[in-house]
Amino acid sequence: MTNRSLRPSSALVVGGVLTALLIATALLSLVWTPEVPTRVRVAMRLKAPLEAGLLGTDHFGRDVTSLLMVGAWNSLAIAWPAVLLGAAIGTAIGSAAAAWKGIADEIAMRVSDVVFAFPAVLSAIMIGALVGSGPLAAILAIAVFNVPVFARVTRGVALQVWTLDYIAAARAIGKHPLRITWEDVMPNIAGALIVQVTIQLALAILTEAGLSYLGLGVRPPDPSWGRMLSDAQTYLSQAPHLAIAPGLAIALAVLGLNLLGDGLRDALDPTLKGRGAAA
Amino acid sequence: MSKRFLAACLLLSVSALPALAAKTSLVVGMPIEPPGLDPTIAAPVAIREVTLANLYEGLVRIDRNGKVQPLLAKSWEISPDGLTYTFRLQEGVKFHDGTTFDAADVKFAFDRARDPKSTNAQKQIFAPIEGIETPDPSTVVIKLKETSGNFLTYLGWGDAVIVAPETAANNAANPVGTGPFKFKSWTRGDRVELVRNPDYWQKDKVKLENVTFRFISDSQAQVAAVRAGDVDAFPNLAAPELFAEFQKDPRFKAVAGNTEGETVAGLNSAKKPFDDVRVRRAIMHAIDRKMLIEGAYSGFGTPIGSFFSPNHPAYVDTTGVVPYDPAKAKALLAEAGYGNGLSITIKTPQMAYASRSAELISAMLAEVGVDLKIIPTEFPAKWIEEVFKNKDYDITIVSHTEPLDIEIFARDNYYFNYKNEKFKALIADAAKTTDEKARFAKYAEAQKILAEDVPALFLFQLPKLGVWNAKLQGMWENSPIPINDVTDVSWTE
Repeated sequence: MTNRSLRPSSALVVGGVLTALLIATALLSLVWTPEVPTRVRVAMRLKAPLEAGLLGTDHFGRDVTSLLMVGAWNSLAIAWPAVLLGAAIGTAIGSAAAAWKGIADEIAMRVSDVVFAFPAVLSAIMIGALVGSGPLAAILAIAVFNVPVFARVTRGVALQVWTLDYIAAARAIGKHPLRITWEDVMPNIAGALIVQVTIQLALAILTEAGLSYLGLGVRPPDPSWGRMLSDAQTYLSQAPHLAIAPGLAIALAVLGLNLLGDGLRDALDPTLKGRGAAA
Repeated sequence: MSKRFLAACLLLSVSALPALAAKTSLVVGMPIEPPGLDPTIAAPVAIREVTLANLYEGLVRIDRNGKVQPLLAKSWEISPDGLTYTFRLQEGVKFHDGTTFDAADVKFAFDRARDPKSTNAQKQIFAPIEGIETPDPSTVVIKLKETSGNFLTYLGWGDAVIVAPETAANNAANPVGTGPFKFKSWTRGDRVELVRNPDYWQKDKVKLENVTFRFISDSQAQVAAVRAGDVDAFPNLAAPELFAEFQKDPRFKAVAGNTEGETVAGLNSAKKPFDDVRVRRAIMHAIDRKMLIEGAYSGFGTPIGSFFSPNHPAYVDTTGVVPYDPAKAKALLAEAGYGNGLSITIKTPQMAYASRSAELISAMLAEVGVDLKIIPTEFPAKWIEEVFKNKDYDITIVSHTEPLDIEIFARDNYYFNYKNEKFKALIADAAKTTDEKARFAKYAEAQKILAEDVPALFLFQLPKLGVWNAKLQGMWENSPIPINDVTDVSWTE
């Protein structure tokens, strides 16, 4: 009993701490970094960790610690709006599909399938061709890829809620489906959505790093974890710390958000608890 | 027992013999694949790097020191007025398809190149020609409308190689020339294979039987291919940061030579803010060329102050005309009305030297209050469309690898949008001047005008970082023109 209740909370704690660290670092970078992250000091290029600054310097002599900190902010600045935009549109579509069912549901889900078939990198290249590659294209691409995810999750949980007796009662007294969705369904699915947002954030950070690695995300000279990785590639034999630092940062950020998502699901989802006990 | 051992030894040594004979095949690595194999119809440097001197030959050749030497023309006379060139041709030269080379082929090749419909990339070579006469099969007389100071040098370029009327139309896919090697096959996206031409007119010079050009764009893969021995020579490695390791490795010869590539950041002189020469100078004052070379090219490369190669005898050092001086930069910007800052963009192609330089320029400009955003673009297709044709840019950056190309700043409607009538007249004048000293003096003046006017940020001369197997000899250390001449290359064992 104690063991079972401890496991989810340890995921929650570790995930929560890592995520809090990520957000705190990003916020701190807005007011303070050890060095000006874009300041080039060629004389001090490729210094090892602790030789210059905590994590050394890159091929232009920029301070890696400062680059990582601002990179955290730039990463979140793309991942957050992208996931929120995708969640807003996806949730609206999913709730509508659950409320009206029939042909609307069918269309929404098949369109979702089609959008789902495009990987985020591909849509980023397409959107980049339309609006010019850069942070905006990256946000739109990640948002597009999030829409079907949220549409499906919302529809799934909302459909369950729509079968409940008090919803049937609300329908019987002639309450409009929109009001039912907003007042009765939403509060019931909010937990599942929060969990999904957390997990999608992890994915969005990973995708943003991938896009920046390919030169489709954050624009140089603004620091980004993905581009730090791609820059580090050619210096791998001389300065491995240049690849390890951003790689570790991405891994920890993604791990933290995933653990947090898992922990939140266990804490928020009552059905899972029941299932866990049965199993 | 011992007999058997001896026999085994004998057998071993016999079977080892062929391996001791010098290798006769060569694999050369190149970063960019040519779009075709005819240097007389298109501009890309990669075409010349495969074909010039290997497949095709011109009347003259440019040797490894940049000097003009006889090739298909064994000698020539220039009339005292500089308007008539009489070339005596080599006899007994055959094209790869077996047809004979003679004066008619020279006339055909040059008439084809100067035809109004021709897509030759360097028409200025042929522009002064009035007419070509062929009094006999081994003599060509070229009459010029006006004197041309660089005419002989130009005839050594890939754009002026001699092609045969029977095969010229198909040369892009199936090249036929008079060179020491014949075309064998082309696997698109991978390699071009050449074999020795058994009927070559100087066949004693040639030691190699097979030459393969492999195209590897990724710099990591280039280095891996050289280390693994998949590629014997990489004349122009794109990874300066890894070059130092080859310099320490005795298995390889690593030479930092020169190319004719001036790396410049073009400023759009037709657009605000660069229509104001003070802003152009201010930006130049903000750039520390030494630091740029260190950061972008690991310290390989020569700083330049104008648009002229330090290899050329007419070169003058103009790096001190608008030197690194951030305080002056700020003052000039304030004078031009941009004291409170300036926000501009740089369209940057994907090449490592370009994107790294752009990041460094951006950091240097930030020090003088200029916010420079980097916009990535693809070279060549997207860059040609956006920058070269539509001139939709503030700053851009690219290396110009043609030799003696200062005249691009005299061209109307070139992508810099630079207009200077005095400069234009000077360049036209220099082109006509046959006296070398007088011509070089004019080029020196032209260099100074550009250094003061700053139509582009003159940054550095692209080095040629060559790496090859230490047992190879005869590889070129410098690139006076875009070329990978392997005629003289051989293995020492």
